[in-house]
This record gives sequence, C-alpha cells and structure tokens, in this order.
Amino acid sequence: MLRRFRLEEPGSVAEASELLGRFGESAKLYAGGTELLLAMKEGLVHYERLINIKKLRNLSEVGEKDGVISIGALCTHHELETSTLLQQKLPALHKLEQNVANVRVRQCGTLGGNLCFAEPHADPGTLLMALDAKFVAEKSSGKREITAEDFFVDAYETSLQSDELLTEIRVPVPAQHHRSAYLKFGYLERPSVGVAVAFNLNGEGLMDVKIAVGCAGPAPRRVAEAEAVLNGRSKEDAAASLPQAGAVAGHASQAMSDLHGSQEYKEHIVGVLLKRAFQSAAG
Amino acid sequence: MAKAMTRHDTQFLPLSFTLNGRLQELDVEPHELLLDVVRDRLGLTGAKRSCDVQVCGACTLLVDGRPVSACTTLAFEVRDRSVLTIEGLAENGKLHPLQQAFIEHGGFQCGFCTPGMILAAKALLDENPTPSEAELKHFMHGNICRCTGYKKIIESIMAAAKTMRGSS
Repeated sequence: MLRRFRLEEPGSVAEASELLGRFGESAKLYAGGTELLLAMKEGLVHYERLINIKKLRNLSEVGEKDGVISIGALCTHHELETSTLLQQKLPALHKLEQNVANVRVRQCGTLGGNLCFAEPHADPGTLLMALDAKFVAEKSSGKREITAEDFFVDAYETSLQSDELLTEIRVPVPAQHHRSAYLKFGYLERPSVGVAVAFNLNGEGLMDVKIAVGCAGPAPRRVAEAEAVLNGRSKEDAAASLPQAGAVAGHASQAMSDLHGSQEYKEHIVGVLLKRAFQSAAG
Repeated sequence: MAKAMTRHDTQFLPLSFTLNGRLQELDVEPHELLLDVVRDRLGLTGAKRSCDVQVCGACTLLVDGRPVSACTTLAFEVRDRSVLTIEGLAENGKLHPLQQAFIEHGGFQCGFCTPGMILAAKALLDENPTPSEAELKHFMHGNICRCTGYKKIIESIMAAAKTMRGSS
C-alpha cells in the first residue's frame, strides 16, 4: 500500500520544471517508477505530489545527428534493447540494456529514471561514463550539458538542480577503430560490480583508454589511474599490464563491504571484470 | 468503499481499460496499485503479491501484451490499455496451450508462481514463437519458482511453443 499523493501531469518540460520549483521537496518526477515506487512502498520517502512526465512524448526517441547518438531520457530499457540504431552504433550499450534487471523492469523503467535515481547497484551510468556521454538538464529558463562524470555525486545523488529534468543522453558516435565492453557480476537481484572499458585500437596500439567502475562503491567513477596503465601501449603490452590496471581500478572503485561482498572481494572482481572486458573489447 | 473514507478534495482518476477482453470503468486514486485493484476491487486473485519489489514475477500481468509487475504499477497507468490476467487466458472453457502444457509436463507444484510464469511465457511466445532455450531463460529470468527447479517449466513452455506453431 502506498500513502496517498496527488498526481500532476504536465504537458511540457517547462511546466514540469515549474511544478518542481513550486512544490520543492514535496514533489518528485515520476516516469517508470521502477525505483521510486519501491522506495515509497518501503516508506523510505514520501511525496505529496508525483509529477508524471510520461506525457512528454518527444523525450522517447533514439536518433543520430551530427556525430552524436541522442537518447531521450524517457526511453524505456525495452525500447533501447530493441533499437536497431543502438545495436549498430553502440552495441555495448545495447547489450547492457538487454540485461538490465528483468523483462518487467525493462518494460517500464526508463534510462533517465535509472540515471537520476542514482542507485549504486545499476549498470548504465558506468558504461555511459566510458563512452564520454553528456546528459542534458533542462528547466524553465534553459538547458545545460553535464558530463557523465560530473553527473553522479553520491549514492542516490546527482548534480541535477531541484527544478531540472534530465531530458537527453548524448553519446558521441564511436570512431571506426573504437572498441568498448561492459561486464557486470552479481548473484543478488542487483549487480554487485560493473566495469566498462573503451578505447581506440589501431596499428600503434591503445589510445584514449576509458575505464569506469560502478556498483561496488556509492557512485560510478572513471579511473584515470588505471587508464594511464594501459594508455599508449600495444595490445599485447596492455594485456600484460591488466593485473596492474585491475588492482588500481579495484582500489579506486571505493568498494564498500556489504551484502554484495567484502571490499576485498569486490576489488578482486573489478580486476577480473576489467581483464575480461578488455579481452572482449580488444578481440 | 474508497469514496466513503476519503476527504472532499481527494483526487480520483477515471480509469477505463479492457480487462480480459471486456471494458472496465472505475475511479481510482493515484496511489492505488494495479495488483490491489485487480485482486481486491475486481476479484481476480490469480496474480499474487509475493516479493513486492518486482523481482519475483508472481504478480505478472500483461498490459498491451507486455509483462509488468502489477505490485509496482500504479493502477491509472492502464487507462485506455488492455490488461490480461491468468483468468482471461482460457477461452470458452478451453485452456490455452500454455496452460495445457504446464499440466501435461508438470510445470507447477504449489502453483504460486504459475499465473505469472504462464503470462510471462505467453508474452515471450507472442514476441518470439521459436525461442532457443537461452532466449527463453533470458526472458523468463525475472520469474522465480521455489518448487520445480525450472526444468519442467522450460519443457512446458517449449512444448506449448511447438503446439502453438503447429496450430497457426
């Protein structure tokens, strides 16, 4: 049973933003509700008003323009796992979306909602960081772009202002020699560790290496220290340096001991996933 | 009953939807969950409240042919949509091939997960009439059974798929 709340159904982003500004902390944006309604059922949060933004239809499209893949924040995971554009241009993200939670969560849950709820044990944020994604935040007075790295502040906390909506996720179309992979591990209902790897691989070796770790700590994060271990190396040298990169990434993951495992266990798994993700991406 | 206990400024949303092929019209408050409306107000108790955090699938209903967790769906969300519960699967007393297959192949023991299992399987086969075992397991990943060990469930669904292909 949920406690009573009033439903608002704005027809525009500006209207939704205005409602957020007017009602402040007593109102919350509501899309798929796959995380929000669970927290409300548990009594962890309560809102007097839910602002249903699913009527904002122009936020559910996947498109490509000027070298950027644009993903509407209201795209459900199911819409993304069935997007041929995503499958062709961002196969690692497409595969990730196929494996979010379960078929019912994918049916209703949105990518935007997943990112904004900022549950530590989630997948997309980690890979989007490694893909240099930018998030578009809009309010009545205008819009701004936030890099994925600047978006995640802490567990359940993003850098969105209280009257901003996440409307779009923008990912640069990868270059031809770009490789990426995301792997996760977990035996509970949510992932315990997630690692994303991306790089350009040509005759000279690995360039622009991006490594991101998620789920183990409070928020996903890029690991520049591990990237430096692999960057500029030949494929073979990089493969030989994976244990070192894995150890660095593990320590940088801010792993916390909890039901998902001890800190040491998660750090170890980070190293394992990094090695496997690298192998999967490099071929 | 809801109206008698509420204040004069309570918000009601008119809900009109197709339930097992028939039009339903009722007023719901925004906070009412689909599972409670279906079970308590409409008397269809096939869908179960089990984990209540949408991981187990015992509350699975089909909305426009797609599986949702009724425990975590606000009732007003099915306005102008079609909802299918397990009670609506048999037609004129004739069991659906999935129901028949679950009986013939021993796909249930206590039966608690079974309504959700069968509805999820229906959504799978409607989307993909020839699933591989890997595809079946991936789709059905979110439906949990504590009794059968899943082998008979997989056999039941595969058998139903064969029957449904044969008769189309």
